[in-house]
Amino acid sequence: MVPLSYYLILSAILFACGVAGFLIKRNIITIFMSIELMLNAVNLTFVAFAAELRLLSGHVFVFFVMVVAAAEAAVGLAIIISVFRTRETLNVDRINLLKL
Amino acid sequence: MHLVLFFIFGAVCVGAAINLLVQKHPINSALSLIVVMGSLALLYLLLGAEFVAAIQVIVYAGAVMVLFVFVIMLLNAGEEEVLPHTSRVAVTLGVPGLIVGLAIGVWVISRYAGLDRITIGGPQVLNGSEAFGNPRSVAQLLFRDFLLPFEVTSILILIAILGAVVLARREE
Repeated sequence: MVPLSYYLILSAILFACGVAGFLIKRNIITIFMSIELMLNAVNLTFVAFAAELRLLSGHVFVFFVMVVAAAEAAVGLAIIISVFRTRETLNVDRINLLKL
Repeated sequence: MHLVLFFIFGAVCVGAAINLLVQKHPINSALSLIVVMGSLALLYLLLGAEFVAAIQVIVYAGAVMVLFVFVIMLLNAGEEEVLPHTSRVAVTLGVPGLIVGLAIGVWVISRYAGLDRITIGGPQVLNGSEAFGNPRSVAQLLFRDFLLPFEVTSILILIAILGAVVLARREE
């Protein structure tokens, strides 16, 4: 028997790790992975509440979040490749101009 | 049993997430993220979400992370360099403070909202309804009540594919 709050606390810790990675990492790919970590933390909350309330809608919402995350990963990584072609770097501190 | 499994996989999850922050090389971070996703899939199984656990492994740990690893290797990403003006205060003070603060916040909220008294697992979940969370019941909900959003996501995926192709194309 696991209290629901344990799942929520685990989810909050994972989300905080994602936020921290987003803020302190300087590699654009690692920043992107931190965003995926935050999405995963939110999914855990959805599934925990779905199990507690006995509502399957939570699982469907997790499905939609995963679809959006997959689309976001595809487009985001394409943008990263395109940025790398013009800048020759992945460090976000060096990508500071809108136009070359 | 439930609680023991939760603590084991929760600890693996948090450890891998912290490892993601500590590692300097993006490929190590990507592999830690795969560990996080795998242990999250096991937590989903503990919560009775079989279908979500399956697509967590197939879509997230499989497809999305392969895409990440592929891009890391394609761009030959090395260790991240720290420029001189980068502040390290966030790393030393902000991150532990953020994690502890969020955990305490959730604990206080769940205590005063009465979520502490709610427990997941045990006999009533395992024997209550066998159908909860299996692919058949999720599919019935998805293709009946959520049919229009499902079709809209297919258009979203199509646009994302086209956008990815257009953005990653080499301009001559």
